[in-house]
Order: sequence, then C-alpha cells, then structure tokens
Amino acid sequence: MKVVITIIGQDRVGIVAMVSTTLAANSVNILDINQNIVNGFFNMVMIADMSGATITLKDLQQLLKEKGQAMGLEIKVQHEDIFKAMHRI
Amino acid sequence: MLSVQDILETNRMIEENKLDVRTITLGISLRDCSHPDIKVFCANIYDKITKTAERLVQTGEDIEAEYGIPIINKRISVTPIAIAAESCRTDSYLPVAEAMDAAAKTVGVNFIGGFSALVEKGYTTGDRILIGSIPAALATTERVCSSVNLASTKAGINMDCVREMGHIIKQTAELTRDRDALGCAKLVVFANVPEDNPFMAGAFHGVGEAETAVNVGVSGPGVVKRALEEARGKDFGAVAETIKRTAFKITRVGQLVAQEASRRLGVPFGIIDLSLAPTPAVGDSVAHILEEMGLESCGAPGTTAALALLNDAVKKGGIMASSYVGGLSGAFIPVSEDAGMIAAVERGSLSLEKLEAMTCVCSVGLDMIAVPGDTSASTIAAIIADEAAIGMINNKTTAVRIIPVPGKKVGDRVEFGGLLGHSPIIPVNAFKADDFIARGGRIPAPVRSMTN
Repeated sequence: MKVVITIIGQDRVGIVAMVSTTLAANSVNILDINQNIVNGFFNMVMIADMSGATITLKDLQQLLKEKGQAMGLEIKVQHEDIFKAMHRI
Repeated sequence: MLSVQDILETNRMIEENKLDVRTITLGISLRDCSHPDIKVFCANIYDKITKTAERLVQTGEDIEAEYGIPIINKRISVTPIAIAAESCRTDSYLPVAEAMDAAAKTVGVNFIGGFSALVEKGYTTGDRILIGSIPAALATTERVCSSVNLASTKAGINMDCVREMGHIIKQTAELTRDRDALGCAKLVVFANVPEDNPFMAGAFHGVGEAETAVNVGVSGPGVVKRALEEARGKDFGAVAETIKRTAFKITRVGQLVAQEASRRLGVPFGIIDLSLAPTPAVGDSVAHILEEMGLESCGAPGTTAALALLNDAVKKGGIMASSYVGGLSGAFIPVSEDAGMIAAVERGSLSLEKLEAMTCVCSVGLDMIAVPGDTSASTIAAIIADEAAIGMINNKTTAVRIIPVPGKKVGDRVEFGGLLGHSPIIPVNAFKADDFIARGGRIPAPVRSMTN
C-alpha cells in the first residue's frame, strides 16, 4: 500500500529529519519527496510505500500527528487511492 | 505518479471547501422478519438490523481515517414497515418504530429510515396502520425517519392520502410542539420515490432491492462554489463545464468509499447518489452556488435557470465517475439546512412559490420548510398535491417536508439543531383549498405514463 504524507507548518530545522527518521524506524520506504518553502511556510508532500512496514496506517497517522504537533506542524497520512480516484481515470 | 498539485487540490477540497461523503447507508431487507405476533416481529427486526449493521459505523470510521475524507453519517434503511409488518395482528406499529430506534442506538447510527408506506394507487391494511402510527412514532422515537409515497407518473396521485397526510403532518407537529415540531423534519411525502435513496428522511430499502446493499450519498456544494469562483465572468458553457469537472471528482471519491465499504462489509454495492447536499455550515450552501453564477440573492429571477444548469451539470459530471448511479441524484434545496437559503428567506428574496418553481428542475422538492403553526391541514395537503403534480407530470421525484410549527408565525424563527439547521417561518398563501382537498379519490395517471 502506498500512502501520501503531507506536512504543513512554519519552517524550522529538522522537519525532514524527523519525518524520514520516523518512517525509516518503521520500515516505511520513501518513494518521492516534494518540498518547498513559501514565505517561511514549510510545505512537503511525500509518497511512501508501506508494503514492508512494521506499523499499521492508523498507528503511523497517530505517531506522525503527535510528533508533528510537538514541532508545530500539521501532518496527514492518507491512502493514495483517494488521490488516484479523483485525478486518474 | 501523482502530482503535488493534485494532492494539494484534494486536501484543499476536504479542508477548506468541506468536501465530504454525506452518508453511507446500509439497506437491509426485513421481508423475512414477518410474524403475526408484533413482539416476535419486533425482536426479529431488532436482531436482524443489529447483526447486519454491527460493523457499519466502525467500517465507516476506518475508511474515513485511512483516506482522510470525512464520512458524516452512517445510516440504515429498511424495507417499508407497512409491508414488513403487515402480517402482525395489531392496530399500531409504534412498537416497531421503537424497535427500529433501539436497533439504531445499539449500532450507533444517527438515523434509520423505512417507517414507510407506498400508497400511490391505494391503501392496504398495513399502509393504513402505518400512516396512522406516524405521529406517535416520530414523537416517541429519536432516530426513526418516515416517508410516504402517494403519487407516481404511472399511478397518478392518491388524493385520499394527500388529504390524510395534511392531518398526519399537523398531528406530528402537535405531538412534538415542545421541540419546534421536530417530528415533521423526519417525515417526507413523495411522488415517484426512489427505492435506493441513501439520504434521510426519505431513505428506505425498496422491495426490488437485494437482501442488503450499500448506498452512498456524496456532497460538496462548497467545492462547486469554489470552482465557480475561478470561472467568474465566463459564459454558461464554461460554468457547466466547471461544474461537470468538479462533480466528476466529487463522485469519484464517493465511488471509492462505496467500493471500500461494500468490500469491507461484505455487502453488495448498490448506488451512488450524486447529490449536492448542503449543511447549515458556512461554505456548504447550494444557494451560494446559484448566487456565484451572478444572482444577487437566491430566489431572484434567474434562480430556476441557474438551478437547472447546476442540477444537469452535476449529473453529467457524476454519471461517468460511478458505475451505478441512483437515488435522488441532483441538487437539494432544503431551506433550513442551507445558510444561503436561510439568508435568502430572511432577505425576502426567496418565497414558497419560487421554491416550488425550483423543485421542477432539481432533485427533490419543498424541503425543510417551516410554515406558520396555524396553516391548515387542507392547505398543507394542497401544497403536497401541487408538488406531487409536478413530480407526476415531469416524471421525476418530488417531495414535501414541511413543518407547521405550533404557536409560531411569520417573523418568528425555529431552531432544529445540528444538520437540520434553523429557519425563519415562511409565509403561506392564505387562500383556501378546502373544497379541493375534500374531494378525495385519485387523480388519474397522465398521458405521459402511457409509454408501452
């Protein structure tokens, strides 16, 4: 299963490190990263593969939500099918 | 690979424009629950509903979390009780409504539809008992919804039932007068009722349906409004195209949710209902879409044309996005549930007569309309007759969900709370139709029913 991770918040040191460390620790493989900063606002979209993951989607959502909140970020993890359904025929 | 723009667009639709799946409704046949003893029948339906829908709410919540799309309601529709309970030896189906309510509470759904009768051509014994039980059932229970189909293009209009429903609505209002006649918000009168509609209060599980079915109602007026903001100043071709594209995207999400719910529950997928269903929340209004097209206020001249375009474009966009489309499928115009409609009534731009005209070109009818408490039963019946005639002649569904609020008059307000919203009392034409309604009988099926 592939998931889409979106991270939004004020830019600061260590956001990418925190997210990628968390994913690596749970064997979630990053496939694609797209990140930019507009007016100090951090915006990142990641696509990751959970087929070898040692964590469930629900637990990963909770874990990243908590870690994100601690850094003032909003992190969402969603099954990629919602985006494919809407934008691919 | 998905593009970042696509991902951000989807999440913006959900977070800023209130895109959601309005309801997953599980249809359950109760045809195998019949028993002459009403106590046994009630136990049978309670057991069947709670067993079949055991995992409905949890499944809905799981899908919501995994995909990040809000699923607002999880609901149940059942075989019309007038049919399922007909062999019970009783003169009231109130215990059946109570059993439905108890089952709904046990499984955690907020509404259960199907306290219903289909009487477009005439009454059976069960139909009479059911209709007579409606006021007490809606006053006593919390989550039970009721509907009566009293007209169709094929059968004509059952004017005896039209007359009776005027009284039933008044009685329901009276029995729930301490809650601003809330009972009437759970009662819909239909012409050409669809048997697979997932939306309340009119949902029931039709007699031609399978044992169980998952029907999903999508929504998203806010998303359409936002998309149209990008088309300001453009011609109607561009407006229609924008709505179609948006409706397609909305419906694809509904299709995904329906397929997942069907798979996880092990219940066949029935239909997607392509409806724009507003809520009282800011940014979730059908009236605001019409205003975005260039009307100063909903109800102004041009409103019917704007709604016709909207309704048609929603269907065109949605049809290709789903494998099975059904239910009501169109734009809803419930007054108290739509912030823009409420504002339009308060401004004086939207009247009952204009709403009636609008129902000729959209999916439902006079919906969630609070009228003065002294509106007579025959006037309410006559309003129902007018709507039924529109449905019958135009071969479409029409409905009336009207609330004569005891003790309230024009200028007063009512508060139903939650998704049912709030509304000013809308004036009703004071000229009488008493002799017209007193005639009774049946208005014959129109020429256009002769299609064979």
